[in-house]
Formats: sequence, structure tokens, C-alpha cells
Amino acid sequence: MIIFFCFAVLLSAILIGACKKNDTLIDEGPYNPTYTDLKIPSGWPAPPTDIFANNRLTEEGFLLGKKLFYDGRLSKDGNFPCASCHQQFAAFSTYDHDFSHGFNNTFTTRNAPALFNLAWMTRLHWDGGVNHIEVQPLAPINAVNEMGETTENVLNKLKADTEYPELFRLAFGSSEINSQRMLKALAQFMGSIISSNSKYDKVIRGEESFTAPEQNGYNLFKANCETCHKEPLFTDNSFRNNGLAVNPFLNDYGRMRITNDKNDSLKFKVPSLRNVMLTFPYMHDGRIYSIGSAIDHYRTGIITTQPTLDPLLVNRIALTNFEKNDLIYFLNTLTDTTMTRAARFAQ
Amino acid sequence: MKTKTVSSLFFVSAAFIISSCQKNVNSDAEKTGTVKISIKNTVKGNPMVLNTATYTNVHAEQYNISKFKYYLSNVSVTGNNILTPNGSYYLVDESNPATLSFSFDAPAGKYQSITFMLGVDSTRNVSGAQTGALDPLNDMFWTWNSGYIMAKMEGTSPQSAIVNNKVEYHIGGFAGVNNVTKNIGLSFPVPPAGALDIREGMTSEIFIEADFDKWWQGIFDLQISVNPAVTHPGALAKNISDNYSSMFSITEIKNY
Repeated sequence: MIIFFCFAVLLSAILIGACKKNDTLIDEGPYNPTYTDLKIPSGWPAPPTDIFANNRLTEEGFLLGKKLFYDGRLSKDGNFPCASCHQQFAAFSTYDHDFSHGFNNTFTTRNAPALFNLAWMTRLHWDGGVNHIEVQPLAPINAVNEMGETTENVLNKLKADTEYPELFRLAFGSSEINSQRMLKALAQFMGSIISSNSKYDKVIRGEESFTAPEQNGYNLFKANCETCHKEPLFTDNSFRNNGLAVNPFLNDYGRMRITNDKNDSLKFKVPSLRNVMLTFPYMHDGRIYSIGSAIDHYRTGIITTQPTLDPLLVNRIALTNFEKNDLIYFLNTLTDTTMTRAARFAQ
Repeated sequence: MKTKTVSSLFFVSAAFIISSCQKNVNSDAEKTGTVKISIKNTVKGNPMVLNTATYTNVHAEQYNISKFKYYLSNVSVTGNNILTPNGSYYLVDESNPATLSFSFDAPAGKYQSITFMLGVDSTRNVSGAQTGALDPLNDMFWTWNSGYIMAKMEGTSPQSAIVNNKVEYHIGGFAGVNNVTKNIGLSFPVPPAGALDIREGMTSEIFIEADFDKWWQGIFDLQISVNPAVTHPGALAKNISDNYSSMFSITEIKNY
């Protein structure tokens, strides 16, 4: 009888086990993630959408995302982690490169954008083709002229690694590694990078003061640049044609490729001017190397015959040399070394 | 005697455990049966054969098919009891027989029609990384212009002038005038030819045919010589989706 009873208990246990296997995660150890929240700098607008709505921020998810961001194994030959084109000291853009280097001596076809304050960005890439931060890494991972890999191979490498399964468990509750979890972890890291401690921010908070040229530059900025490069993010996240000639090697018509709308011809995303001194060269194809030349484009270089030219630029922007210099003094105050040197975002 | 008590106790507890395993446990008042959808992909009514079969379209062009995949979602049968769509997404892939049928529970009753979406609703196209049938590993997600490829056909044709005589139709786009998602509604045959009669503990199987030949004509004349490849959202993709929205028909219903 006792034997039968034991058998019954054993069988029940097996049944419960079978049930668990199908319906719940296998218990691999305690799961106690440290939940965190995105800290919105005071005075900033709330993000237009919550990029973490289905991806609750945790310290473990952030740290996993950071490890992935700096891991060369996300690329085909190990040489091209996300961080190879998105360097912290350059505000997570590629320092001093018009185009970034990809797998097998290739070049990208656009200038690598800086990565910060992404939680306020509803569309990513110069043409806005990517509609959610979680799916963005699929583009560079799978592009032959960027990381040159396939998502599937990346996952195979992560699964074969000795550390990743435990890191995925700490972040997501089980050691299962899949594309969704990898992408959510990367989103947690990238979406947490906030730039909000430049001299400009300190002045706005009343902690520091502008010099006279900086203040004059700020006034000129507000009068001439503010509409598109809207404070405090220094972009309105819109797509505009700023009157650049078409590069015949690239024939890049920007947002029109995404919308198929000829009214979007030659429109590109307005980049944030935060950390602008670190993100040179400028424009979607990095054709302008210095900040002075970039301002000169708006003063004298805009091609005013393009039908989709932004209405705000049809008369170009009139600035004297003196004003241009003061504007540059102001733009220098947008450099945020707190972010570019933060150990939290470093490898 | 004692043994009997213990053993019956065991069976009761085992039964309880087994039943607790079931998903979507309904209240006692609601009786449910199983709806099974079985898909047969065809070309002009003949079972589709990948790679080796040569087909001829209405424009007298020859082609073969190496890939044929599409998403079905929002599946619902409608009748006296209206079933709330189960929220599942199914990727039908001709090369993988396991994807050609799927089942779900529905309240007992008689039903007149089935509705489903051919494609993936806009919400799932803008909500970040998905998993299961919607995992980007399934090769149905555009990385450069976020969104799902709702239906995909690849093959070759001597009438195609592009590289390797490729024929490639990746049909997607979920927004605005070029939204290619299609809400399909199919009525069941009326008795005595057939009827969907879902009974408790029983299975009702709906056999659906998808005729690829419908892609070539209807709203728009799709000619390989003119458009051998359509791989981004736009008016052309919309036209093709208008054509293929008529490819489904119900061939048979079995209640067993």
C-alpha cells in the first residue's frame, strides 16, 4: 500500500512537472530583478511614447544590453560591435568619420548618428525607417556593409557562450536566449543614455552662467535655429530638406525611400545639436567637416531651387561673421562630458 | 479497502492536476469544441509543388515557386456565438507542413462564417521586438523600413530579366493608402453540403484552399516581364494584395 502511495505521489509529481514544463518557465534559480525607471530631467517634456512600455527597465537588463552593445560577436568577424560606430567619447557617433567602417573593408552609406536621449525619438535612422528602438539593431547586425552577420548566428554565438545564459536569466527570468530578449536588452541600454548635463543645462538650471559671447550665441540660436533644433532636446524630430546637393555616388533621397512620397524627397531627420562639437562631420552623409562650414551652409550654401526645400530656409540664414563666431561659442556649451565620460555607459 | 481509497484519491487528484494543466479553462456553463484550420496552397486548384513544378500564369509566363509564406491573424468564426479572436499569429509556410494547420477552442454552436486577417495588424508592426510567429528570425520583417512582410513569394521565371531570372514578391506595408493587410471573410457551405457545428469535445475542421494563381490578375495585371520583383511597400504592393485577397476559398468542412 505504501509502495502504491509512493507511486501515486511520484506520478503526480511527474504530472505536475509535465505541466510546468509546458506552462511556466523551468525554475533555474531566484529571479529578483532590480527595477529602475528612466529619469526624466527636470523641465523636459515627457517622452512622446514610452519605449519601455513592454520592456520594464531593470538594472540586469541594462547591464546585459551594455555587454551586448560592446560585444564584437554581434558582428560576423568579431570586429564590429555596436560601439565600433557608436563611440562614447563622440557622444556615441563615429568620431571624425563621414562614413563608418563595416565588415570586410566596406563603408556605410550614411553618417552614424549619435545615440542619446533616444527615449524621446519616435523614429530612428536619418530617414526614419525604423519605428521602434527594439528593432533598430536588426538593421546594422544584418547589413553586409555594417556588422555583416545574421541575427540567427548572433543568437547561436550567445547561446554557446558561458556567461550569457546566466545574464539572460538574471534579466528575464530564464536562461532562454532569443531575438526578442536580446533586442529588449539592447533597447534598455541604448534608451537609458541621457545627455542632460552640458554647460547649457547647468545655465538653464541656474548653476552656471553663459559668457557674453555664449549668451549672444544663444540669443542668435533662438532667433535662427530653434524651430527645428528645438530645446531642450535640440531637435523637433521632424524630417526636412536643408538644401544639400544630391551626392551622385549615393543618390540618397532620404525619407522618400520610406514613404514613397515625392514630397519627402531629400528630407532627412533633424539631428539633435546636443554634443554637436563631438559629432562632426555633419549632415546625413558627413560631407561637412567643421561646425563653421556647417553654419556657412545655412548662410550661403543652401540650394534654394529644390522643390522640397524647407520653407524656413528659402532665404537662407543671414548671420555676420561675428554672429557666426558667437553661435559657435554657444554650440560649445552643448557638450556633455558627464555623459561622454560616464562609467555607467562605458565598456 | 484502504488501497481502493488511496487509488481513487490518486485518480481524482491526477485528474485534477491534468485538468489544471489546460489553458483557457472555461466555466462549466460554456461548452467548447476544437476548431482546426487546414490550409492547402494550390496553383489553379492543383496542390502547390515547390521548386520542381513549372506553372504558367494568365499572361503566358512560366515560373516556379521556391518560397510561399504568409501571415494569418485575428482568426474568428462567427455564428450564434460570436467568438472573440484569439490574438494568435500564424505564419503559413508551404515548405513546413507543420504550419499548414492550426487549432483553437471555440464555444459549441453552429457557425456561418470565418474571418481572419491576411497579414499582421499595424499595432504589432510598431511595438518593437516580437516573438513566436512574429520573430524577425522568420525572415518576414524588414530591418530598413520597420514592418512585416505580410506575404512572400519567391521563384524564377524565364520572363524575368533581373539577376538569376528571379521572381520576388515581398508584400508589406501597414499604414495609409498602401496598407496591404486584408480582412478576409468566408461563408461556410450551407447544409446539407456542409456546416460548421462545434460540439463539446469534438473537432470541426475547416479546409481552406489558397490559390496562388490569383496573384497574377484581378484588380491589377501582375506581369513578371514588367514587375519581376516587388520588395517594398507602395502602390504596387497594394495592387498585388488586392489581387491575392481573393485567393482563399473553403473546400470542405468536417465535424468529428
